[in-house]
Amino acid sequence: METTYAVLSEGLEKRYGDVQALRGLDLAVAEGTVCGVLGPNGAGKSTAVRVLTTLTGPDGGSARVAGHDVVREAAAVRAAIGVTGQSTSIDGELSGRQNLRLFARLLRYRGAAGHARAEELLERFGLTEAAGRPARTYSGGMRRRLDLAVGLLTRPQVLFLDEPTTGLDPHSRNQIWAAVRELAGRGTTVLLTTQYLEEADRLADDIVLIDRGRAAHRGTPAELKALIGAYAEVVVADTSALGAAAAVLDQLTGAEPVLDHEHRTVGAVATDPTLTLPRIVRELDAAGVPVMDASLRPPTLDEAFLRLTGREDTHTVKEPAA
Amino acid sequence: MSTTTLVPEHNPEPAAGGTLLADGLAMTGRHLQKIRAAPGVLILTQTMPITMLLFFGYVFGSALAVPGQEYRAFLVPGLLAATAANGLMTGMFMAAQDCDRGVMDRFRTLPMSRAAVPLGATASELLTTAVGLVPLTLVGLAAGWRIEGGAAAALGAFGLLLLFRFATSWAGYWLGLLIRNEEAAGQVGSATFVLPLLSSAYIPTDGMPGWLRAVAEWNPISALAAATRDLFGNAAPVADAAWPSAHPVAGTLAWAAVLLAVFVPLTVRRYAGGGRG
Repeated sequence: METTYAVLSEGLEKRYGDVQALRGLDLAVAEGTVCGVLGPNGAGKSTAVRVLTTLTGPDGGSARVAGHDVVREAAAVRAAIGVTGQSTSIDGELSGRQNLRLFARLLRYRGAAGHARAEELLERFGLTEAAGRPARTYSGGMRRRLDLAVGLLTRPQVLFLDEPTTGLDPHSRNQIWAAVRELAGRGTTVLLTTQYLEEADRLADDIVLIDRGRAAHRGTPAELKALIGAYAEVVVADTSALGAAAAVLDQLTGAEPVLDHEHRTVGAVATDPTLTLPRIVRELDAAGVPVMDASLRPPTLDEAFLRLTGREDTHTVKEPAA
Repeated sequence: MSTTTLVPEHNPEPAAGGTLLADGLAMTGRHLQKIRAAPGVLILTQTMPITMLLFFGYVFGSALAVPGQEYRAFLVPGLLAATAANGLMTGMFMAAQDCDRGVMDRFRTLPMSRAAVPLGATASELLTTAVGLVPLTLVGLAAGWRIEGGAAAALGAFGLLLLFRFATSWAGYWLGLLIRNEEAAGQVGSATFVLPLLSSAYIPTDGMPGWLRAVAEWNPISALAAATRDLFGNAAPVADAAWPSAHPVAGTLAWAAVLLAVFVPLTVRRYAGGGRG
């Protein structure tokens, strides 16, 4: 069967003043899949979303969303998409309920049907109690949930989620993740941008790592993780044992261990997918290393970037702007 | 978490034909809801001209003499005209605020009419101004100003005031789409208070130096102020003034037509294009 692409872009270019935000971005998101667009701040994620959602025109290249050209058939694209996240907002002066009713009306719900849909979504996202308050008084998590609810008033063919969980509390994040999974299960195509490797790993069928406005790597989360590897970290009881621990990690991972004397910690990147935490602990034990703590965790986006692009990304910011 | 459907099985049917009216009404409703939620701004903008009536009319007015007329009777129609011109400020602020807060981009991703967002804002301006002119009119009457012409002419004066407010709010909306920043729009907006000062709204143009008089008489607010005085039967237009001020009703209609013809298309194009390039 031939693959149908819900989002297909070729060589997208976009410049803002002196900043070349997109330099030939190619994206292909198969219908009914979740695509995670992963990258640090400034990589071009939001610009890509702005072009694909018709908010801004590209300087070069072309893109089709739900089969329609984003420039020549912008109205048809708008009728097929939902947008939520960093690049758009709800109306802070209106209450949560008023927001949902307004957007329901703009999305062609007639009176009572729109009101009923608004109440459904308020309940689904745990906003019924706060429904009458102005949205500007909501917490960040509540605002983001309301924002997603507005994006789900109708069933979009393609849903764009621009950093939907950046800076969110775990409860709100889990609610948004559950909603994305449910949508994907029902066949909606989702394009999700994120700075979190974990988020892309949990939600996406395919991940596109973007760097300086173009796709640096693409693949399934498993493929990407195999490339990036995991990070093994061991805390020892005494600094005198650091050398022995480093020798064990060196032997297990083949990567050069990094020692931190102050925190009595030694770490190394592990690319062998068969390496498990119990095996690391057993080997350390056998070598007589007094282990206090050990972990084998996915690398942070910074570490992943370092491995995949061979350099530190100077744009990477750990704390995103609110 | 409840078991409510996350997304509906069926989307509402797209409306047949134009959506401008339905979307525009929804957007007007939104602005009225915002005013109801935070009436402070509206109350402030409505009390401003009343405060000015008291200052100009009673404090400065004692030093001002308008030939053949009580100054306060001259001033009230001018204040009504200046209030109508405030559409420039409020239109600009509405647009800049919505851009700044990101909700404009949300509207722009929706399959709605491209003219509905500015139309909703300017139409809500029309409604709030229709209500807002009432207190100033009443205080004006209390201060000694009288409607001396016929009822039809008086209605015509209010019609012109509303039309001018509508036209200036489109111009303001376009500026707000350019500025895109709430704070900057507030600063530019507060600078617009000089516009009625450079017109015949508060003082007659006869006594101004020649070049200033020309500027003031071509100022659209002068045409509106003179038209309002004419229709309320307070004062006839100054015959040797510049054309829009000498023929103020026609002049005001012409200015409103020009403003709308220029700024409606510019605004819709700017809105559709997004502004951020």
